[in-house]
Amino acid sequence: MKRNIFVSFAFLFAFNLNAAGELTIVSWGGSYAKASIDGIFKPFEEETGIKVNVEDYNGGLAQIRAQVETGNVHWDVVDVESQDDLIGCDEGLLEYLDDLELPDAPDGTPAEEDFFEGANSDCGLGNIVWATVIAYNSSAYENDPPSTMSDFFDIEKYPGKRGMRRTPEVNLEFALMADGVPPAEIYDLLSTDEGIDRAFKKLDTIKDSILFWQAGAQPPQLLADKEVAMTTAYNGRIFNAINLEKQPFVIVWDSHVRDFGQWVIVAGAPNLENAKKFLQYAARSSSMAEVSNRISYGPLRHSAWELVGKHVDTDIDMKPHMPTDPENSKNFLVNDAEWWAEHRDDLVFRFNAWLNR
Amino acid sequence: MAAKQGIKSRIRPISLALPLVAFIAITFLMPLGNMLKESVYDAEVADALPNTMRLLNDWNGVELPTEEVFRTIAEEIVVLQENRTIGKIGIRVNRVVSGTRSVWGKTARRVKDVETDNMITTMVEIDDRWSELDLWQGIKTAGQRYSAKNYLHAIDLTRADDGSIVSVDEQRRVYNTLYVRTLYVATVVTLLCLVIGYPIAYAIAHTPPTLSKILLLCVLVPFWTSLLARATSWIVLLQSQGVINDFLVWLRIIPDEGRLSLIYNMTGTLIAMTQNLLPFVVLPTYAVLSSIPPTYMRAAASLGANPVQAFVRVYWPQSLPGVASGCLLVFILSIGFFITPAIVGGTDGQLISNMIAYHIDTNNWGLAAAISVIVLVSVLILYVVFDRWVGVDKLKLN
Repeated sequence: MKRNIFVSFAFLFAFNLNAAGELTIVSWGGSYAKASIDGIFKPFEEETGIKVNVEDYNGGLAQIRAQVETGNVHWDVVDVESQDDLIGCDEGLLEYLDDLELPDAPDGTPAEEDFFEGANSDCGLGNIVWATVIAYNSSAYENDPPSTMSDFFDIEKYPGKRGMRRTPEVNLEFALMADGVPPAEIYDLLSTDEGIDRAFKKLDTIKDSILFWQAGAQPPQLLADKEVAMTTAYNGRIFNAINLEKQPFVIVWDSHVRDFGQWVIVAGAPNLENAKKFLQYAARSSSMAEVSNRISYGPLRHSAWELVGKHVDTDIDMKPHMPTDPENSKNFLVNDAEWWAEHRDDLVFRFNAWLNR
Repeated sequence: MAAKQGIKSRIRPISLALPLVAFIAITFLMPLGNMLKESVYDAEVADALPNTMRLLNDWNGVELPTEEVFRTIAEEIVVLQENRTIGKIGIRVNRVVSGTRSVWGKTARRVKDVETDNMITTMVEIDDRWSELDLWQGIKTAGQRYSAKNYLHAIDLTRADDGSIVSVDEQRRVYNTLYVRTLYVATVVTLLCLVIGYPIAYAIAHTPPTLSKILLLCVLVPFWTSLLARATSWIVLLQSQGVINDFLVWLRIIPDEGRLSLIYNMTGTLIAMTQNLLPFVVLPTYAVLSSIPPTYMRAAASLGANPVQAFVRVYWPQSLPGVASGCLLVFILSIGFFITPAIVGGTDGQLISNMIAYHIDTNNWGLAAAISVIVLVSVLILYVVFDRWVGVDKLKLN
């Protein structure tokens, strides 16, 4: 009996020792999480000796909120969308990062000048620039393949099911771009009732053909299963499906929507100091490039762009697959997270009403 | 002495039940009470802007509030900014008046060190939305501690500017459709479960023990499998390149380009839910059927009834308690079904519970609670009707 107690105490002690050097990072699963693990988490572990536990989620603030509000926080660092960063910061769910010192670029350029404008916020540290693009299965459209956003909405010319994320975000923008609205005018137009009506009217034209997805790993699966012929998708996932799994998919870069991903620290994170160390590590130009050399999400520092080279496993030149490559940047929209944070509540109601009509 | 013993003997069984009573109170009644409170009570804005709210009570709502109100809210905004809780207020008010979230942060950053004798002009200069009555109305609405706004919202109603209750505009109506759809799905699933489950229960009850054990196992094994795993396996079976479609194409029943859409729509929801809920009809029905003596059917036959008559007039009435309890279970469970429609439901297979989940995800507990209360009350009403019609005391729950 006594021995048992001793053993269990020893266990507890050992566990605690380990906990002192731990960090829980939450990412998006699938090929993106894998790129982050191989590109940053593991090297960070090696450099600091801090053990990194990785968890997956599908975005949103619900889990963070539940942890913070019950006082039972076990996530430290989370990879979030910029809109969730803004709202989470407002709700007090995230740590402020004002005192976080960021590493300078390799050539000595101060971090503030080196980061893309708008990449960092009060609670968020920019990590990648990613894009929602259209992708199609080339076997579906062998002659005269689609090349514009209008083609995505043209069911007659390009028959087949369409995949779209089940949120108003991005879809309303896509609808207006397909309707011929220049990217610069999208959010002004969407701020009016006429603009919203116009977007939904455009979505109506393909509503019966839409299959809605929720997790980023779904669109490549839906394309591969031929459940859909064309889908909106995160560009990195499609890149991996094409190059690593040899799927016959093609990305259409016209009218893509760009967004920043960010690292945030959950308020009251159990390993706050380690979390900050991690953020400083992840902010290095070399760390960003390590991720970009594994999946086609662009770095958020100008100096990191120079370090992007070939894919680590396949020798593919990565730059042409990035949203920020000049070839791909002819016609695109940058997601306005501030705008969405203000209008999301109302538009989700409209979107749900539209879905259920 | 005898009287004392009488009381004692009456108290003892009650005291034995006390832990259970406490358990029910803590795990069931308290959350329920909380939910009811949450649906009508919200103190976030009222607590953050107490002075402003007091002044706004006397505000007529037709012209812009006075300099005093502006000054008060500016002071309170500065305090909220220092506590870093200003963002929460922005989110609450934005829920009432869309597109006003950034007013708060912007004002908070700039109003701090202002020395001015005209706060109205200053604040309108910082953000001209301060001159809009909508925003002030929104603050007033969000600042009500008790309000029925969640309930109005949950049945697609809203308050017009003059305070009267009107329907929300057509583009934003969603909940009433979903209540009706949920009831429809619950009814169809219940009927399907009955039609499929009754013969199964009959077979289990009236076959030799070895066979009936195997049949029972066939019902129970899927029942023991995780709901999530079952929903996902339906995807494998039902998708357009899935097993069932492939099989039908192979049999040349349907052409390759005419594959059926069996999933990510209402059909998928109905199929998967029926399969998930089937055991809830089979088990109680089986329990009742196995207790019906076979002699009754023989007696009916010997009195000249043909098999159909014997079934309708002798067997079926005796099986009713099992059927009714099974159907009631399935019906009530389907009203709250969530995972299955979320995975296989696609666009038109979503139910009201998916909406509740969404609002909890986005921290709108008040609205989620109001919808839940409405669902709870409708289930209670159905239960009462059912009780009048069949009689709950007749039920046999396995």
